This record gives sequence, C-alpha cells and structure tokens, in this order.
Amino acid sequence: MAVTVRPVTRPERDLAVQVYIVEVLKGLGVTFRHFFVNLGRHAAALAGVKAAPGAVTIQYPEDPPALGGRARTRHRILRRSDGSPRCTACLLCETICPARCIRITAEDSPAVVIEKRAKTFEIDLGLCVFCGNCVEACPVDAIRMDTGDLDIPAMDRRSMIWDLEKLMRDG
Amino acid sequence: MAKITLNGRPVEAADGTLLIDVAKQAGVAIPHYCYHPALGNPGNCRMCLVEIKGAPKLMPSCRVRVADGMVVSTESPAVAAAQSGELELHLVNHPLDCPVCDQSGECGLQDYYMSIGRYKSSMVEDKRHFEKRKPVGPRVMLDQERCIACTRCVRFLAEVSKTHELGMFGRGHQERIDLAPGKTLDNPYSGNVVDICPVGALTDRDFRYQVRVWYLDRSDTVCPGCSRGCAISLHTSTQRPWHNGARRAARIKPRFNPEVNGYWICDEGRYSYKALDRDRLGKVLKLKPSRAELSWDAAFSEVSSRVKGLLEDHGPQSLAVVASGALSNEDWRSFKKLFVDSWKLVNFAFDPAPDQAGEEDALLRRRDKVPNLKGGAALGFGDQIKSLPWESLAHSIEAGRIKGLYVVDRDLFGVWGAKTPGLLEGLELVVFQGPWKGSTGDLAHYRLPATAWAEEDGGFTNFEGRSQGYRAALPPVGDAQPDWRIFEGLLAGLRAGRAE
Ligand code: SF4
Ligand code: SF4
Ligand code: SF4
Ligand code: SF4
Repeated sequence: MAVTVRPVTRPERDLAVQVYIVEVLKGLGVTFRHFFVNLGRHAAALAGVKAAPGAVTIQYPEDPPALGGRARTRHRILRRSDGSPRCTACLLCETICPARCIRITAEDSPAVVIEKRAKTFEIDLGLCVFCGNCVEACPVDAIRMDTGDLDIPAMDRRSMIWDLEKLMRDG
Repeated sequence: MAKITLNGRPVEAADGTLLIDVAKQAGVAIPHYCYHPALGNPGNCRMCLVEIKGAPKLMPSCRVRVADGMVVSTESPAVAAAQSGELELHLVNHPLDCPVCDQSGECGLQDYYMSIGRYKSSMVEDKRHFEKRKPVGPRVMLDQERCIACTRCVRFLAEVSKTHELGMFGRGHQERIDLAPGKTLDNPYSGNVVDICPVGALTDRDFRYQVRVWYLDRSDTVCPGCSRGCAISLHTSTQRPWHNGARRAARIKPRFNPEVNGYWICDEGRYSYKALDRDRLGKVLKLKPSRAELSWDAAFSEVSSRVKGLLEDHGPQSLAVVASGALSNEDWRSFKKLFVDSWKLVNFAFDPAPDQAGEEDALLRRRDKVPNLKGGAALGFGDQIKSLPWESLAHSIEAGRIKGLYVVDRDLFGVWGAKTPGLLEGLELVVFQGPWKGSTGDLAHYRLPATAWAEEDGGFTNFEGRSQGYRAALPPVGDAQPDWRIFEGLLAGLRAGRAE
C-alpha cells in the first residue's frame, strides 16, 4: 500500500511568539476561562438552576466516557454459530501487531474444513497500543475492538494478559 | 556453444541446455512448477511459456533446448498474459486457504501471484472438493485440494526413492494425488516430497502449525546425522518462545550441493534437529564425591591436576579416552594435541559400532551415524592410532589396568548396556564431556557441557574426504563451550599446573 504524505507548513515564529510572555498569558487565559466557567456552572447547579449543565469535566470513572462509534476499545474474539472461537490461528494479527503483545499457539481443529484453531490465544493489554492493526489483519473477522470497554487496569501485569476464554466472554 | 538473445541481451550457453536453465544462469527467473532439475520436465504446468522469434506460438522453456541464434523474450506482453492466465487456471480449484496453510510465506502460488498474477479472478463457480488433511505417511500430510498436479512428488517417488507410494488418480476435473493402493509414504526419504511440492499440498506433519515460516531464521550448515555430510539449512525460531513448543530449532531443509547430496536429505537427518532442544547440558559440574557447580577455570585446573596425578601414579596406559566422530575437524585437532601430544595417552576407543552405526543405502544414508570420523582419520585416529575393541576396553577396566576414563560425547550404555555402571563405578576418575545429558554423564566425576554442532563454527570431513564448513545457528546452552575450547582449556590447566 502506498504511503500518503501530507506536507504541513509550520506557522511563522514572529516576535510575539519568540518573547513567550504573550503565549504564556494566552495559555493561562484558557485555563482561567475554564476555571470561571466551571465555577459559575457549579454555583448555578448548586443554587438549583435547572438548565445548568454542571461541570464540563467528565467525572470518570463514576460517569462512563462518551465514546465515538468507531473508538477502538478492548478486544473480543468472536464465536461461530456453534460457540467455538472463530479464530483460525493464522497468526496474521500476531504478525502485524507492533507491540508484539499477541501470543498464539495453534492446533488441529476437529473440523476438517476449519483445519486449524487456536490452542492458546493471549493479548497482553498492558502492552497493547490500541492501534487496531490486528482487527484489520484478521482474514475471518474473528477479532474486534468494539466492546466499548476501557476498564482493563489490574493490580499486577499478569492479570492484564487476557486469554481466549476471557476474550470470548462478550464474543 | 550456442549464442542466443535473451530479452535483448546476448547470452552464451552450451548446446542442448534447456532454455529455462540458460535463463536462470543469466539471472532471468522463469516461473515454473513441474520442472525440477533433478526430476525432469514433463511440461504440464505451462507456467514457463516464453516467446521465441519465428515460433508460431509461445513455447514452454523447460521443453526447449537452446539453438544458435534463438531470439527469446520472457517479458513480452504476450508472455505476461499467458503466464498470468496459466496461474489463473491453476487457481481455478485451489482453496486459497493461505491463512491456515503451512506453506504460506514460501508458496509458489503466492509468490507468482504477486510477481506475475495480480489478475481479477473470473471464477464464479464453486470449487471442487477433495480430501483435505489426509496423513499419507508418518511424516507427510496431504491436502488434495491444494495440489496443482505438477507431479513432482510422483516423479520423486518413482525416480529417486523408487518406492512409488503416490500416484495421480482420476482424469480431468477429478485428477488428484493419492496413495497407491496398500501403500504408506514411509520410505526413509519421504520428507523430500514436502520440499519439492511447490504448494501446500504436501506438508510436514512434524512442523505442522509449530511456527509460521516468516518467523524462522535460516543458517547454512551440515547435517551431523551420518558420514555423508549433506548440506542443510537449519531453521530456528528464537524470537517468540511460545511458538514451536519453546524449542529453538524448528526444522531442517536440504541445501543444494551437487557434489554431496544433490537436492535431497534423508528423514533421519531431517528430524535430527530435535535433539538440539532435548536433554542438554549447560552447567559445569562436579558430581562425585559430592555435587558442586564449578567455574570453567576451576574445572580445568581440577580435572587436569586429577589427570596428572593419575598418570604419575599409574602411567599413560591407565587413562582411556572414548570419543565419537561427532567431533568437528577443529575439535579433533585439539583432541590430538591434548590426549596424544601432551598427555601421551595410548588407549582410545572411537569405533562407531555398535551404537553409532545403522542402516545405509545407495542414495545418501551411510552406515556410520556420525559425521566426522574422517576428520579424526586425517589426524591418525583409525590409522596409526587404532580404536580399542570395546570388549577389550571393558576387560582392561575390569582387570584394573585402566583406572580412568575420559568420555567425549558418547553414551556408553549404547555400547556396554547394563554392565556400564559396574564398569564405571570401579574407576578412580571418569570425566564426561558432551552436549547431551545421558546416563554416562550422570556416573562421571566431572561433567563438562559442550556445544552441539548447531552452536559452534566448525567443519566436518565426510566419508569421501570432503571438508565442509558450518556456522553457528544458535547461541550455546548455558555455559557450554565448543569441545576444542575445553581441550585447550585443559591443556592450559595442565601447563599452569606444571609451572607451579
Ligand atoms: S490493537 Fe495493535 S497493539 Fe493492540 S493487539 Fe491489536 S495490533 Fe497489537
Ligand atoms: S488474524 Fe484473526 S484468525 Fe488470524 S490468528 Fe488473529 S484473530 Fe485468529
Ligand atoms: S498452497 Fe499456497 S496459495 Fe494454496 S493455500 Fe497454501 S499458501 Fe495459499
Ligand atoms: S502434491 Fe505437490 S508435488 Fe505432488 S503433484 Fe501436487 S502440487 Fe505437485
């Protein structure tokens, strides 16, 4: 695939930029604008003004993040109609993965037409960079990143490695 | 000599050479499946069509011999269209299950599709269905659907191994490869059909699903399986330990050497790689009287002073050396320097029989299942220095004439069987040096880990006296060192001992 390049012109560094002071004040301006806007909204909400929307900050994790429809979130492995994993252990996702966080071993599938299936399938979500390449690479649409789930932190690294069983829970 | 013009370039070739070979020598690769230099040119795959000036139609270059004045084009639009059309015909019934196909990454269909195909398939019909995943022998799996009917495998089994296990059955749309009635593909060269099959129809059951081929590193080396010394390529997988069952060596493929093995290797050699990741020694150990881990320096000085003591007390007759033809040329040289020139020993046993001898045949396999007895012979082992018969060595040990044994990479249980422990336990000093754990090593006073052939640079001299070099494909296991370094280390240890 051809690589597309978009040339970007750098903005001119004029005197106002070079003395910094002006830029720093502009930045602080933004900070203070948010501060006062939020303060006003909080105050209004406390005072019982119905239309006041409250703070613009999302109170994660109490409030769920509003994700775009195409957001890449935690992976899942899809199932066939009989419930077995759709993955054929072709290792294309493991090969394309830039973080090298997918580990697959293969075995014979009992069904001759399927031929091959994953014996073990692990994704180390602690290493994953959520690039989505694995989803693009899969020839049988067995792996997707559409769970909407970003709550994957754990108390140790080992538990951030998800195996086939875990990945198929919402498959 | 014939002078021809190939793609506008003048090329010279010996009269009667096949056009496809002439082109290859001139650096022009012509696509082909059925033609194999060692298996003839039935001309059934039609991939090698080229344009010859004056010929009324395109000609298969594997069937045409050069003639003076030929003007040949392998890249004209007509040739490109014909080759791409042929490929499309080959793929009419091909299942295209590349994602699950072990050949993927080294497949003739994939490669040619990318270089000369890239057409839009005009097939809308269903593909035909045959047997997939049919084990045709203990080492080979057949997928009839993937076969492109080039008949290479049939010709190999008819002309090279002469065992005729596979044949072409049915006609036209029903044509497929299958076992001849009542046969199993289990001849000692069966693995070669996997190498020559240009597609994934014949795959190696041992290698199946272990690791995808694009993860393999390839090293040119020499097979240590017998005294033929076939040229091989050792494929290793070290970057992703969860592949290939955590083993480093993944498979062996033959490497073309017209002087030694041609295009083939035997199955024994092909699967000999498995030993590389099984029962390996990596620690320098003193096992008796009590178990302790030593540094190499300590081992060198301890072993050499123990040997010195033994030789001073009982003379050079009292220490015998057991070796095998698994040593490289370099190892043999230091072996001689240490045991003959420095320690002045006289009792050596390195006869390959009974444990290192096996079947032989007229094709490749040799009786001696070690690669380098000739390397030792070049230094006099076998000639001036004869191998003691095993029985007389055992007698001398029983009679107390031999009080120490230095064993280099040989399991004595293979020679003496159950009486080995009795023999070894009576000895004052047993040193075992070698790459593999074994019952002999367990009975030694000192156990020194050596590298296997795949972990060192070296050379083997085959039974014809041809020396072939090989390169390390893998890092050593643990603290293992090449045999010659251990011999040199002991030499240095002995010298240091003398200077005291
Ligand atoms: S999203 Fe990217 S980094 Fe994460 S597993 Fe897939 S390919 Fe690897
Ligand atoms: S690319 Fe798809 S089918 Fe292939 S191993 Fe990954 S998830 Fe499985
Ligand atoms: S033989 Fe080649 S083209 Fe056919 S499925 Fe295997 S890799 Fe793909
Ligand atoms: S099995 Fe392979 S080598 Fe044999 S005819 Fe088919 S494609 Fe050719």
